[in-house]
Parts: sequence; structure tokens; C-alpha cells
Amino acid sequence: MEKKDDIKEIIEGREYKYGFVTDIESEVIEKGLNENTIRTISGKKDEPPFMLEFRLNALKQWQSMSHPDWANLAIPPIDFQAISYYSAPKMKKKLSGLEEVPQEIRHTYEKLGIPLEEQKILSNIAVDAVFDSVSVATTHQKALAKKGIIFCPISDAIKNHPDLVKKYLGTVVPVGDNFYAALNSAVFSDGSFVYVPPNTKCPMELSTYFRINTQETGQFERTLIICDENSYVSYIEGCTAPAFDTRQLHAAVVELIALDNAEIKYSTVQNWFPGDPKTGKGGIFNFVVKRGQCRGKNSKISWTQIETGSAITWKYPGCVLIGDNSRGEFYSVALTSARQQADTGTKMIHLGKNTKSVIISKGISADYASNSYRGLVRINPGAQNARNYTKCDSLLVGDKCSAHTFPYIEVGNISSQVEHEASTSKISEDQLFYFQQRGIGRDEAIKTIINGFCKDVFSHLPMEFAVEAKKLLALRLENSIG
Amino acid sequence: MLEIKDLHAGIEENEILKGISLSVNKGEIHAIMGPNGSGKSTLGNVLAGHPSYKVSNGSVLFEGDDLLTLEPEDRALKGLFIAYQHPVEIPGVGNAEFMRMAYNVKAKKEGREELDPLDFDELMSRKMELLGMDAKYKERGVNEGFSGGEKKKNEILQMALLEPKLTILDEIDSGLDIDALRIVAENIQKLSGDKNAIIIITHFPRILKYIKPHFVHVLGSGRILKSGGIELAMELESKGYDIIK
Repeated sequence: MEKKDDIKEIIEGREYKYGFVTDIESEVIEKGLNENTIRTISGKKDEPPFMLEFRLNALKQWQSMSHPDWANLAIPPIDFQAISYYSAPKMKKKLSGLEEVPQEIRHTYEKLGIPLEEQKILSNIAVDAVFDSVSVATTHQKALAKKGIIFCPISDAIKNHPDLVKKYLGTVVPVGDNFYAALNSAVFSDGSFVYVPPNTKCPMELSTYFRINTQETGQFERTLIICDENSYVSYIEGCTAPAFDTRQLHAAVVELIALDNAEIKYSTVQNWFPGDPKTGKGGIFNFVVKRGQCRGKNSKISWTQIETGSAITWKYPGCVLIGDNSRGEFYSVALTSARQQADTGTKMIHLGKNTKSVIISKGISADYASNSYRGLVRINPGAQNARNYTKCDSLLVGDKCSAHTFPYIEVGNISSQVEHEASTSKISEDQLFYFQQRGIGRDEAIKTIINGFCKDVFSHLPMEFAVEAKKLLALRLENSIG
Repeated sequence: MLEIKDLHAGIEENEILKGISLSVNKGEIHAIMGPNGSGKSTLGNVLAGHPSYKVSNGSVLFEGDDLLTLEPEDRALKGLFIAYQHPVEIPGVGNAEFMRMAYNVKAKKEGREELDPLDFDELMSRKMELLGMDAKYKERGVNEGFSGGEKKKNEILQMALLEPKLTILDEIDSGLDIDALRIVAENIQKLSGDKNAIIIITHFPRILKYIKPHFVHVLGSGRILKSGGIELAMELESKGYDIIK
């Protein structure tokens, strides 16, 4: 009957099932970061001069910045000169179709549940597969192109749609916005680009699957999504990495732009390698800048994130509500177990009249983990009749973990209304025992309580991903209570 | 059905049950009475396998199995059910969802058909009607914001759905007004039969006016001090627990 000691055994026994390494020869550039690195990356990608300038400007700004230290995280010092900023699987020539993707890489994605072969590709989701620093395959491109929708690696967009890139890149997250935004702007390698033309509802989910494979590389992807007037797109991002015992840095920038009456729904299921559960060695540092601008009137941007992986997660997907009547939403489940740390939340900046934002954040902390919610709601003087509703709940599993909440609320006019609710609860031994007394085992009981706790967020995920997310949480928490 | 022999148990080093022996057969209703602190609730928790309690001596056979070696959920699946005095709240987990899980786990174990949400809803609605429970309690979190009386009804509702072999009712009458007590007691009476058994743990004899026990045991300082028929309960009512001193 004694359950108090099984926590140790479980932490040791838990597995990260995406931790395999793909054996493929990669071209990795020398470690370190200086002007030459930038020129090399830009040269390898055969970029137009405006891009090289963009990068060099970013590097210059980054060099004058220092690493931010305000987060509630214990971040070991990072040597930015000990990272290689570009790694690509060696391929003989430029790929002209899915069938030319090297077998090892195809297998990798297959193992991750993302078939890249023409006859097997998922019919309702278009996938851009990013492997280390490059995009290796993008499915359904032709079908989307018929509707005028551009979905391609951002490196292709820079070459093929330079006007769009020039017009929008760096306009939501300026190059000098912060330390990691500047770093990403200087060295970003690949990522996805989406443009949905006016009056178009994107007929399928668009998705990018990020995979870090090579040790001691960083992944710096850049995503840019533009949804033109009266259009709609739903985009999903998934991520995994092999289990190495050294740290890997993932510093992405995502920019979303919604014009008049446009709607962007952006969902993330993040399952980067969390590090060795026992020692805390290795794992991904997931430092990401994600921001959307509701530029047009009545536009809407919705972020849904399920954060379960990474050694450290540090991100605040936010919305700048410029257009009148625009709406920003943030639905988040952040789960930290073992030795993971997370400081995550959102920023809602209200500029336009009658703008609305909703924040639902669920933090779950188990084992020895630390989980912080940090959220800013700013209502500028001109944002008359703005509304915000925030609900921020924390759930503790076990008695060695912690949960923290840091809300920042700034209201600049009297016609606006801001609500903030917060709660912290703990899965108690008595709750689990109640399930058991009704014939339901402890694992099932924990899963049920967690799913109940997260259901306000899961309901905003695309259907098949909600199922995935539930499974993922269950896997992460298996036996995770003393 | 249940054979308890010289059971010693407690929390950490503190022994609460100091040698309980009791045998319960199919079709029987037993009442265990006693003053506060006599160990009444501990008995239920020990039989259910609550991890805070440790058994230091004795044995318990339930339907021929050594109950004390089974996990709590396996004890439940074998047909042991506790209706709690203070059932815990589980926010976020819908009451109907929870009960369907419990129902289906048991159905699966017994090789019966599992019910989908619609069929289960029908079954649950019928049972709730008998208990005079409002339909709003289906979708609420388990026991979340329920009044004391509704919590008790909710326990009996689970008993009705799970049809246990042995039910232990822990102070089911406490905090119930007279109408609620009557409804709860009538339902318990309906659920008792010659295939199952019930142990009523109570401080006050008043519930025994509605549910007639075959045996009454008086518990004091962790032991059964006196056993008898319904007349023992009557005696307690008129004279109080002084009769065991």
C-alpha cells in the first residue's frame, strides 16, 4: 500500500520516445558567431542582398545587447561561440519532389508519425518538415497554390516572394526587439512562410514539424504568416529532438499578421527533449519570441500552446491588437515534470477600440519542476472599451514542485474592463484514493484529473491534436505522483 | 462474505483498531456504532486500503481472497464500496464522466457490456430520479459545490450504479435533514438484498429506524465491546454510550 517512495523509481523509468538520432551525414558550419558566419549562412542559402543586410544589422544590434536575466529560471550561462549556427543534411542536389527526400530523413519523420511519401501523406494537413536548419519537404504545396495560398520554407519565400518578405519580415518582432529576437534575425536558417490571399479560407491545416538532429547545433527558425483580408488559416507546429546529454538551443521567432476581418489560429504542441529526468542533463532550451499583430479591424489571432517538453521553456506568445474590434486569444497548457523549468505566458497589447483578449493558462508542475505564468495585459489610453478576461490556474502534482504567477496589468483608460482570476490546487492523495475506491487506478485517475484541468484549453486545439495532446500529457505524467 | 480476524491497524505508530473480529454474510445488514474516536471510520478506511493506514496484525478475507494484499482499486472491483462521510471534491472532472468510468471499469472486469455516454446517461438519470437529485449534478465536477445532503445522495447514487457486494456506509446520516435521510435510507433499503451485505457505521441510532440491521455492534477504544440485535441500538438510544463503560 505504501506509495510514498515510488516517485523516484518513476522518474528514472520514464522514457522520451522521440530521443533517437538519425544517422545521416550533415554539413555543419564551424562553431561561433561573427560577421563571417552570417555571410556564410546567407551565401549558402543564396539570398538576395536585402536579406544579408537584414541579418548583419541584427548581428550588430545583438552584439551590443546582454543576456536578459529577469525570468524566474535558473539558466546556466550559454556560450554563444560554442554553437554551430547552421547544420543541414547533405543532399546531392536540390530536391524537386517528396520522393527525393533521403530515406533516413523520411524514416525519421515516419517514426515521428509524419509520413512524407506521396501516397501516405496526411490528407487534411499540409506539412513543412524542418530538419535541423533546413526545410526538407513540404506537402500539398500544389493544391494550396491553386487557391493562391503560399506555403513554403521561408528560404524559398525569400527568393521567390521577396516583396512579401520585405514588406512583412521583422515588422511584428523588430530586429532589435530583444536579445533572442536579434540573435534569430541574424542567424535564422529556415522555417515556414504562409501567405493567404484575400477572401480565402485555407482548406486544410498547415503544419510545420521541427526536428533538431545534430548535437551542438542550435535551431533558429523563423516563421512568418500573413493572412490577408477576409481570410482564415489554422497552423500547427510540432517539435521533437534526440536525447543528447548536452544542451541544445532553440531560439525561434514567429510573426503573425492578420489584416481586416482575417483570422489566424496558431497551435503548438511542443515536445522537445526535456533532459535526463534524473540528473537534469541535456535537453532543449526553448527560447522563443512569438507575436501576432491584429492589424485589421475585426481581425483575430488565437494562440493555443501545449508545452510539455524542453529543459527550459521561455516564451510569451502575444497579440498586438491594433485594428478596432480585433481580438486576441491565448490558451496554454504548460506541463513541467522531472527537472524541467518553464516561464511562459502571454502579452496582450490593446491599441484599437473595442478590442478584446482572452487568456486561459493552465500550469501543471510535477516532481521537482518549476512552472511560472507571466502575463502582461496593457490597455493603451486610445483603446476605448477594451476588455480582457484572464484565468490562470496552477496544478501541483507531488510536493517538491512549484508554481508561480506573475500578472502585469496596465490600464490606460476608464472605459475598459479587465478581469483576472487565479487558482492553485494540488492533486491530493484523498482524490486519488477516491478514484481507486471506485475501481479506477491511480494513473488513470491522474490522467482524468489533468484532462479535466486542461479541458478549457484542449477544446481549442484541432481535433486530432487534442487527442495527441492528451496522450502526451499522460505519457509525461505516467506514475508521476508520490 | 467478509471475515475479519483480530485486526490491528492505525496511522503510523498510533494503533487505532486493537483487535477487531467480525463476520458478515450475504443478505445481512450490520450496524457498527460507537462514540467519536472509537475507530469506526478507521475500519472502513483500512478495509478499503487507504495508504495512510497500516495494518499491524490480523487478517481479512473477502469472498475468499486475502483483502489486505489487494490494491485499493482491486478491492473495489471485487465489490467493496465505501460511501464516505465527507466525500472529496474533484473539480474539473464531470460527475457523469467519473461515474461512467467507474461503471465501465467494473463492467469490463466482469465481462459485461461497457456503456457509451448516451446509454449511461439514461441509466444515471433513472437512478438520480429515485434519489430526487437534480440533473444539474451530472455535469458538475465530482462533489464540487454540492451541499452536504447532495454529497451523501451522490454516494448512494454510485452505490446504485456499481451494485457492490459489500457496502460500508460511513456516517451516511450525518448532516442530512429528515426528508433527505428518509430518501437516502429508502434507497439503501431498496439496494439491499440477499446477494449483498451492508455495514452501517453510525454515531446516532436514528437511521436504524429506517434501515433495520440484523446485527448491532458497539465499538469502543478500537474493539467490539458488545454485539447484539436491534434491541442493542434501542438501548443505546435510551441510555447513551454509558452502557459500554
